[in-house]
Amino acid sequence: MTDLIALEGLNKYYGDYHALRDIDLTIPQGQFFSLLGPSGCGKTTLLRTIAGFEAPSSGVLRIDGRDMKGVAANHRPTNMVFQSYAIFPHLSVAENVAFGLRKDPRSKEEKGRAVGEALEMVGLGGYGNRRAHALSGGQRQRVALARALILQPKVLLLDEPLSALDKKMREQMQVELIRLQRQVGITFILVTHDQEEALVMSDRIAVMFEGEIGQMDDPETLYRRPKSRRVAAFIGLMNFLDARVGGEVSERKTAAPERPTDDPMLTRFRRQIGLLPKAPKALPEYVSGIEVEVAGLGRAVLPKERVPEALRHTGCTVGIRPETLAVLFEGEQTTSRTVDGVVDEVVYYGDMTYYDVRIEGVEKPLTISMKNLIGRPVLEVGAKTRVAWDERSLVPLGH
Amino acid sequence: MSLRIYAIAYLIFLYAPIALLPIFAFNDGTIIAFPLQGFTTEWFAALATTPALHEAVQNSLIIAVTSAVLATCLGMCAARAGTMEDFPGKRGVLGFIMLPLVLPEIIVAVSLLVVVVRVFGLTLGNWTIILAHTLICAPFCIAVLNGAFQNLDRSMEEAAMDLGQSRWGAFRLVTLPLVAPGIISSLLISFTISLDEFIIAFFLSGNSPTMPVYIWGLLRFPERLPVVMALGTILVALSIVLLTVAELMRRRGLARAGLKDTGGFL
Repeated sequence: MTDLIALEGLNKYYGDYHALRDIDLTIPQGQFFSLLGPSGCGKTTLLRTIAGFEAPSSGVLRIDGRDMKGVAANHRPTNMVFQSYAIFPHLSVAENVAFGLRKDPRSKEEKGRAVGEALEMVGLGGYGNRRAHALSGGQRQRVALARALILQPKVLLLDEPLSALDKKMREQMQVELIRLQRQVGITFILVTHDQEEALVMSDRIAVMFEGEIGQMDDPETLYRRPKSRRVAAFIGLMNFLDARVGGEVSERKTAAPERPTDDPMLTRFRRQIGLLPKAPKALPEYVSGIEVEVAGLGRAVLPKERVPEALRHTGCTVGIRPETLAVLFEGEQTTSRTVDGVVDEVVYYGDMTYYDVRIEGVEKPLTISMKNLIGRPVLEVGAKTRVAWDERSLVPLGH
Repeated sequence: MSLRIYAIAYLIFLYAPIALLPIFAFNDGTIIAFPLQGFTTEWFAALATTPALHEAVQNSLIIAVTSAVLATCLGMCAARAGTMEDFPGKRGVLGFIMLPLVLPEIIVAVSLLVVVVRVFGLTLGNWTIILAHTLICAPFCIAVLNGAFQNLDRSMEEAAMDLGQSRWGAFRLVTLPLVAPGIISSLLISFTISLDEFIIAFFLSGNSPTMPVYIWGLLRFPERLPVVMALGTILVALSIVLLTVAELMRRRGLARAGLKDTGGFL
């Protein structure tokens, strides 16, 4: 895969306001890429810069290897789906879709066929003669998609395309957009403030804060291994615990229980006569890693690569996702480590229950999500419980 | 009940003088007073045979159409800039160009007279009135067109450019059709303002008067008064037709753009 879009040291100022700060970014051909961030983080400015509606103050933008400096929006191989869809209300659906073909040398019949195909592709076959203002929100969006895709751009830019739709429609359109993107193979760049939308749809996500890219990764890495506290807080729910990071340790793993054997004399005899292979010399198992003392949970040893160099021998924050914790119901056994806690708040969602559990040594209660499996009770506020946790789900973060 | 009486009294106050126009226009007598004398169309016939009046009407129409077009063009540029662009000092500039709205016309008239005759030493004519009328109509056009442009989604033009159109192409193909009802309203309003404007026309007209100036001249001859009434009747009828057309255009424009009717000027 070649890089279709390359941004190098891109900056944008509005007067004194620094809207984009040193953006370096490459997007390969065919990727579904998302710009995610809170409002005012510069994601829309970045998208509009790629589209050609804003000129960068400094830096280079290349699309398909070509420097876009001085190239106006109407000469770029990009097309955009606007947040408001910007469907031309004085034209019919077909005229809207055909708008970009005005300078196309093809015959009227050929264009008409292309329009029909584009409408078919977005599921609006037979809607060509409708007036644009008689369409629902979802239909308008489909028209906007057809209108952009009919020009076969190298990049399709989507500016919060789903924010105007209701929840059901939004979820449906998410799936349709993914399907469409796979079908046409065009690079999509999506701007959204909805982290769930970004996680569901993207191959890769850039999380932006205050004009900078905070982290750029695939959805799973972004969710499971956020690199900073603000990324962790922005994406999904995360509990934050104070922690102290120590140095490197190497220690013997808790000894596994001896395998029960039958008569040891008999075993030795069998080995001697060659019925059993020689016993391998048992090497002691060591875990080596970085020692972390987590408030409320206790001591943990994390693999070296999971603890950034900068955090060693300092105070830091450890993140832990609600679904990687578990409340233990009465009589339930576990092999995980546990701490005692008291249920502070219960929020019932139907398929899930969210508990806030207060544990000793931590000011803010831990949020824990539990699937409501068959036969599993819902605890009440004030109930005493134990919280099971796992070293593997701890994410060390800078302050 | 009292509200209804008030409303009726108010309407009489507003429209009774205008209702008198057609009554006396068809009255067979030169004195404008009751009781009525009898029915006649003599005064309308007199209108048709007055060359000076024809010339005045022709002048007025040329001035009104030209200044309406000029003022609307200026208003369109200003309204587009004011609603869709950002530039330094925008508020100040926009406030300044609305100023002629509250400027006394007599001041405009006198200062233009001084500038044209004394400073540049040019002769007066229709063009001086056109310039002055453009000046006083422009703020009205801006006000009307601002509304039209504010209804317009800013991303419409961007979408057109994104789809391959140049700036001008985007304006012509998308913005212009969408603000067309506003443009028609603006043309009609400035046409009306210019047509019945007296003070500036009085100061700046050379030896060919406009219609209001001509009517004013007629007032010196009491026996010609019923002719003025007839002329007034035609003008009122014409205004009603124009306003109806403007309102119909506005409603059609709204329906086409799929916007909700929030009540126009009628």
